[in-house]
Amino acid sequence: MELDIEPNFADTNPKAGVVGQPLTRVDGRAKVTGAAKYSAEYNNVPGLVHGVFKTSDVAKGRITGFDASAAQRAPGVLAILTHQNLPKLAITPDTPEGKKAIGMGVQMGFLPLTSDQIYYAAQPVALVVADTLERAQYAATLLKVQVATEVPTVSYQDPKAKLFDPTKLTVGKTENQPKRGDAQTAFASAPIQLTATYHHAITHHNPMEPGATIAHWEAPDRVTVYDTTQGITWTQKSLSAMLGLPVDQVRVVNKYLGGGFGCKGSTWPHTILTIQAAKAVGRPVKLALTRPQQFTSMGHREDQEQTLRLGATKEGKLLALLHEKTSTTSAWDNYAETNAKIVDLLYDCPHFEAQTQLARANVMTSTYMRAPGEAPGSFAIECAMDDLAYRVGLDPIQIRLLNYAEKDPSTGKPWSSKSLKECYARGAELFGWSKRNPKNGATRAGKTLVGWGMATASYPVHSGQGNARVRLYADGHAVVQAGATDLGTGTYTVITQVAADSLGITPDKIRFELGDSALPSTIVSGGSMAAGTVSSSVYLAAQDVWQKLTKVAVLDKKSPLYQAKPADVEVVKGRLQLKANPSKGEEFAALMQRASMGDVEGIATGRYGAGYESAQAALNASKTKKDDAGEHSMHSFGAHFCEVHVDPELGTVRVTRWVSVVAGGRILNPKTARSQIMGGSIFGIGAALMEGTNRDPNLARYTNASLADYHVCVNLDIPDMTVEFIDEHDPYINAMGVKGIGEISIVGTSAAVGNAIFHATGRRLRALPITPDKVLDAMRQPA
Amino acid sequence: MNDFSYTQAATAKEATGILKDQPTAAYIAGGTTLLDMMKANLLEPPQLVDINSLPFKGIEQTKDGLRIGAMERMSAVGEHPLLVQQFPAVSQSLLLAASPQLRNMASIGGNILQRTRCGYFRDAAFPCNKRVPGSGCPAIAGDNHNLAILGVSESCIANSYPGDLSVALAAFDAVLTLENQKGKQRRVPITEFYLLPGKTPQKETVLEPGELIVAVTIPTATHAQRSTYLKVRERSSYAYALASAAVGLDVQGGTIRSARVALGGVGAQPWRSREAEKVLTGQPATEATFRAAATAALREAQPRSENGYKVELAQNTLVRALQQVAGA
Ligand SMILES: Cc1cc2nc3c(=O)[nH]c(=O)nc-3n(C[C@H](O)[C@H](O)[C@H](O)COP(=O)(O)OP(=O)(O)OC[C@H]3O[C@@H](n4cnc5c(N)ncnc54)[C@H](O)[C@@H]3O)c2cc1C
Ligand code: SF4
Repeated sequence: MELDIEPNFADTNPKAGVVGQPLTRVDGRAKVTGAAKYSAEYNNVPGLVHGVFKTSDVAKGRITGFDASAAQRAPGVLAILTHQNLPKLAITPDTPEGKKAIGMGVQMGFLPLTSDQIYYAAQPVALVVADTLERAQYAATLLKVQVATEVPTVSYQDPKAKLFDPTKLTVGKTENQPKRGDAQTAFASAPIQLTATYHHAITHHNPMEPGATIAHWEAPDRVTVYDTTQGITWTQKSLSAMLGLPVDQVRVVNKYLGGGFGCKGSTWPHTILTIQAAKAVGRPVKLALTRPQQFTSMGHREDQEQTLRLGATKEGKLLALLHEKTSTTSAWDNYAETNAKIVDLLYDCPHFEAQTQLARANVMTSTYMRAPGEAPGSFAIECAMDDLAYRVGLDPIQIRLLNYAEKDPSTGKPWSSKSLKECYARGAELFGWSKRNPKNGATRAGKTLVGWGMATASYPVHSGQGNARVRLYADGHAVVQAGATDLGTGTYTVITQVAADSLGITPDKIRFELGDSALPSTIVSGGSMAAGTVSSSVYLAAQDVWQKLTKVAVLDKKSPLYQAKPADVEVVKGRLQLKANPSKGEEFAALMQRASMGDVEGIATGRYGAGYESAQAALNASKTKKDDAGEHSMHSFGAHFCEVHVDPELGTVRVTRWVSVVAGGRILNPKTARSQIMGGSIFGIGAALMEGTNRDPNLARYTNASLADYHVCVNLDIPDMTVEFIDEHDPYINAMGVKGIGEISIVGTSAAVGNAIFHATGRRLRALPITPDKVLDAMRQPA
Repeated sequence: MNDFSYTQAATAKEATGILKDQPTAAYIAGGTTLLDMMKANLLEPPQLVDINSLPFKGIEQTKDGLRIGAMERMSAVGEHPLLVQQFPAVSQSLLLAASPQLRNMASIGGNILQRTRCGYFRDAAFPCNKRVPGSGCPAIAGDNHNLAILGVSESCIANSYPGDLSVALAAFDAVLTLENQKGKQRRVPITEFYLLPGKTPQKETVLEPGELIVAVTIPTATHAQRSTYLKVRERSSYAYALASAAVGLDVQGGTIRSARVALGGVGAQPWRSREAEKVLTGQPATEATFRAAATAALREAQPRSENGYKVELAQNTLVRALQQVAGA
């Protein structure tokens, strides 16, 4: 007898068991004991040798020759690879076909060691392979490179730079110049007109773990790559295209990642070049970037300026927003963060227009960095809203409520959920905002001026989809698999929790495996997509298990559920039972043992815009059905509150209090979630007050490419932080109702700091980072 | 990094003897400056002579003042009760420096001989007169945000000594004991130890080849006891000073009997300001006096494209430090 089994979701709105609990990291012990293996630590690959880059001193020029004689003779040297002898790739990213075939995974439209051109300082010009790291490093110092040097273009601010209007960005929005209504006219007639320009320094992700690759050709046409990538599947795809190999012949492994923040979201030159070096020497090769090389190898947030024009009524109601952005890109790519998006959607405003301009310069391509676009874009709009609040005499929260967007102004669609008002209210309460004296400089503490500022945060739920496999054993254990990566954010932990609840077993019975392209493919851990997508696919794969077992039960004469309609069966904590009569049922283990099933496997695709309420999730990601995303605008929202102490004579700014309240859908684990919000806020405070990479204005080479000279926050810079989440149920985004919270925490952060500084001093600082020199300069100006 | 050999020296004689035979060898103490530079291929000594076992130890009261062995660690000296009581500014200059890990490794001798953080000096790909004499100084028309405004030259505008300890030592008339290859010791005031860049920025100190720093002695004084070290930087710790001030005052009945002032972060060398001291001495301990002293201290400043803020910042730092001491 063949039963027609309708999809039957045991629980279309999974209730929390361990999900939502502050489970301690399941991989914590492996990390603190050193058992966790990072990409550069696969040292037992047989015959492993070491590669190091020789990099260019100058930022622009042409390689006219090499003197490799001394380097060749150096002990242990196996190969010196340059553009003259690098094994040829099937396709390179510098052609349109190449770009298309290689796809999103590769940022750079130019691959070093494939031409004699030097486009940026510290560009690799040779890869030296030797039997030990030290010998490779030494030989690299002996290699002499002859270069015909040219004068570089340094940035968009360089008088030589030519600004252009990219019709299509390599990554990001395709329509460059979004427009709603007639912003020019509306601005021109607006009773209040505010115009200001904001600058953002070059910033670098600087994850604790720099980029590294170990390439091991296991057969002439099969390679395993241990790589610091946030996206196993993207990397696998782009490498297979460049190598001209079927996808399954390229295996990418990443079990642990020491942070990424976006710089490990693409496949960068060092990875493919290490693979080619391994091919050339016929042995596995490891290449680990040095910290200085990290500054020129995996992108950065570009130097940029934004001019925001804001038109409003006398009462402070927005009439028009006009946003212009100018930034530096590399000699070959058109990359720009899309700052305008957040300006477009944060507040109810009838007229909007945006322009983007780029200038080519002799720099490495910039790339996604934690909330690309939203982070700097929010600095502009959230400082401008603060200015508007002062101008019309409203409290900063009031001005935001006055302009509250009840639906997404950029698309006109309703929000799938939005709890921003709750974030404002709870944040204000936690911070004590009602006690704020609106006057600038009204509060002093010793020699310092005290200021309170706040800002809105928002981050989209990006469209992602991915697969997962769940194998449940009759003995009550389960193996759960997805080719995801864990940046250190807690993916191992939260997915274990989801699997536990979905399978009705405890987390200790679950082994969650990730980080291997041999596992079911899934999305990159970027764009705050991983938690939502992977949790949904695991949850759905568990449903697949229950459907299979239900089918077995209703056909099994010995089962209490024999001949029951599958739709009448529910699964509660691993027990299959009748919805109408829960006493009638049995544990999955009993069923499986009787049926001689050692294990049962479920697979599923978790998809964006397939929420639990509409039962879109239940369709297992059928692409033909209209999804919830088509009908809704999906975003996380939040609010940051900040207190600063500004020393007007010494120019120092210290953040002394911090409150973040975030509504990000279902929070899978409040402990790891809190860490995400704290980490992102600290990232943002760093961008606000100290982070910046300096390029020499003549030589286009960084002058502070080290962690001693590029300042990130230290513990003493950060006060105790209060983080809370608003309980939010979003039935549309994905099967688990998870929005993702990796990036929202840095959105609005710099503005909250800047607004607090304004409150303290009456001076508006619009160039990040706000260092003591700038504060002193501002204090010299009239308030 | 190049191959190098490594030798431990048990005595000063042994150590200096090795350098006599091998002049390009280098002493290594904590290694926190030296190894960083070797890893960046800025120094390529064929041999390292470990001097950590030399008997240059101890923190003791002598008739000339407090004597600190060159091999003592920054953390141990900074926390030492005698320093905390008699030379608060010196103690603070050590404890506000670097990070706990570095302070536990780094020696007093090594600290005094640390090298500039000028980004051009620290990257062999750039020209730099200090590193490669005659190659040019890109900092003058480039990124000079952190660099010096006092005592600089057209050849070099770096703060040759970017750290903190020597600033406090300069304020309080510390004297270095040096020992040369012949086993002869000499005493050099720290204010005469460093050289201004002039046309030869590669020459940074009066140390002879192979000469060792044995100890530093700080004379006890009332103005040293009533002292402070104020350091202004872009983050709260683990950063070099944009500007700093080591000041000590002996105030009696509201009048300044004696004053000591040195500035960090702004000078080509640790910047003792006798001009400021002159303005302060004999005057009432008021803000007006402090302001006048600060103006005097920075009168000769030569700011460049990006470090002009340091004039005002150093003045304000000095005033604040003086206020703190006067109020204490
Ligand atoms: C990231 C970072 C941040 C830092 N921040 C600060 C700061 O904020 N403030 C500050 O003051 N310093 C700071 N420092 C500098 C630090 O204090 C010095 O690196 C340290 O004091 C050097 O001591 P060492 O024993 O490690 O010297 P080493 O590296 O061992 O030696 C340095 C040099 O001195 C020579 N040498 C050492 N001892 C003697 C001796 N007795 N006689 C003759 N020659 C000798 C060596 O040959 C070498 O050339 C920082 C350093 C780093 C890396
Ligand atoms: S300032 Fe001095 S150390 Fe810096 S580049 Fe110029 S010469 Fe070199």
